[in-house]
Amino acid sequence: MTDIPVTNDVRLGEGDLPELYRSGRAKQARARRNRILSYIAGLLVLAFIVAIGDWSKIQRLYLDPDKARSLFPDIITIAAKNTVIYTLAAFLGGVAIGLLMAIMKMSSLRPYRWFAVTYIEIFRGLPALLTITLVGFVTPTALGVKFPEILGVPTAGIIALSLVAGAYLAETIRAGIQGVPPGQVEAARSLGMTPNQTLRIVVIPQAFRLVIPPLTNEMVLLLKDTALLSALGTTTATVELTKFGRDAFSKDFNGTPFIVAGVIYLMLTIPLTYVVGRLEKRNMRTR
Amino acid sequence: MTAAEITAPAIELRGLRKSFGRNEVLKGIDLSIAPRQVVCIIGASGSGKSTLLRCVNRLEEPTGGQVLIDGIDITHPDCDLDLVRQNIGMVFQQFNLFPHLTALGNVTLAQRKVLKRSDDDANRVAREMLDRVGLAEKADSYPAQLSGGQQQRVAIARALAMNPEMMLFDEATSALDPELVGDVLDVMRTLASEGMTMLVVTHEMGFARRVADHVVFMDQGVVCEQGRPDDVLGNPQTPRLQQFLEKVLEH
Ligand SMILES: Nc1ncnc2c1ncn2[C@@H]1O[C@H](COP(=O)(O)OP(=O)(O)OP(=O)(O)O)[C@@H](O)[C@H]1O
Ligand SMILES: [Mg+2]
Repeated sequence: MTDIPVTNDVRLGEGDLPELYRSGRAKQARARRNRILSYIAGLLVLAFIVAIGDWSKIQRLYLDPDKARSLFPDIITIAAKNTVIYTLAAFLGGVAIGLLMAIMKMSSLRPYRWFAVTYIEIFRGLPALLTITLVGFVTPTALGVKFPEILGVPTAGIIALSLVAGAYLAETIRAGIQGVPPGQVEAARSLGMTPNQTLRIVVIPQAFRLVIPPLTNEMVLLLKDTALLSALGTTTATVELTKFGRDAFSKDFNGTPFIVAGVIYLMLTIPLTYVVGRLEKRNMRTR
Repeated sequence: MTAAEITAPAIELRGLRKSFGRNEVLKGIDLSIAPRQVVCIIGASGSGKSTLLRCVNRLEEPTGGQVLIDGIDITHPDCDLDLVRQNIGMVFQQFNLFPHLTALGNVTLAQRKVLKRSDDDANRVAREMLDRVGLAEKADSYPAQLSGGQQQRVAIARALAMNPEMMLFDEATSALDPELVGDVLDVMRTLASEGMTMLVVTHEMGFARRVADHVVFMDQGVVCEQGRPDDVLGNPQTPRLQQFLEKVLEH
């Protein structure tokens, strides 16, 4: 009994410590020192910013309460509402196009595959702003058509955003369908289901659960991209958040509208990204 | 019924060949399984056992030879494979249950969609089949809530609910913890004793010896030795089979 060393006695002198503990303590000391240095560095940067900033000016130019109040209620009832409507409309269009392109890309008919590949490459490769401009200005001139406004929604911009979202969503949806294990298809076919039945009642329901998180992510991206729609020109009725903020800013060059618009964007996007996080965790559990 | 149909084997393979690219996995297999017969296929990993089984219901497309089910060549281009497969139950090593459906949902799905049975009929048959594999009380559980052995028994119930004439088992117990293997083998043994035609790929030599009417040893894409279980397993003729059995019995 007596010759068993009591190695977990913290009062042991350094000299009696086993090598494992001595090395562990040295590492912990290093980690503690690095942590303290990181805090000091951060505080220095913060102090520097505080010192050089003109805080009363910043408050006057960006956080003016009267200016902020004057934005309401229009910034909600017109601008934020339009942003949400444009996002949802472009998202629905994007999902429809994306599903179609995903199925075409997996088609056994070569021309269909080529079409889908070409479509996806073009609209993922172009800047969204360029696509919007092309659809909004060039297409009407070139084809002599005029995009109508439906229920006050400028359709040209929505179509352009749908085209872009569709290209990204096609790949997402295809990955979802192909992410369903091949054993699922084999089991369904071995029971006598047709390829169509297999896709409809076995593959798509499982693929859908896989793609909800990336689909929600795409909605967040779209929400931000609606800011680009103002490139096509807006009226007081069709204005969305960013343009609304810019218009309010240009009246007296007070930046408060940007801050308010920014906060509204975050109030829309943060809940969505939170939902994505939750869904991703849930997906991980069920697999 | 003609005389040919009465005497036709349930499953017959004639010169069956299968290549993946340049890799010839099945090199001309001839095999005949009579109705109500239980045939076990044994062999080393990569010898082509799964590929053979999957050619029987054409989950894998044979590159040569014929597969006859009840005397009819199902490699014929006019053959309706969906109809053929309704009649051949298949059980996979990885169960392949539908994870978004309960046990009951798994067993009723194909009954409703393929056989067009009413919900009531499908549910009644499904509960009967779940009871048969000893899982009546798990009807409302999702696959993720079941042990591997339970999942595999649900998969067997799912196949049986289609009233198949024959069953294919591809290493049905290989993915299971040792203590769960027995339950699944019991179900398979009962099925065999009830007269189901069964083609079983397995590494369970005890099962092959006690349950099979006929044992086939495959090696590198050919049938190397076959016969009655006691002969094949107890008195191997080829060095290949002797080596294989020695290796298996070591474990
Ligand atoms: N889809 C496929 N594509 C290419 N090669 C394949 C495919 N499926 C099987 N093979 C090859 O065919 C050979 C036989 O495979 P198979 O799965 O039939 O063997 P097995 O006898 O079932 O082995 P195991 O005991 O490991 O299951 C292997 O060499 C494998 O690599
Ligand atoms: Mg195998």
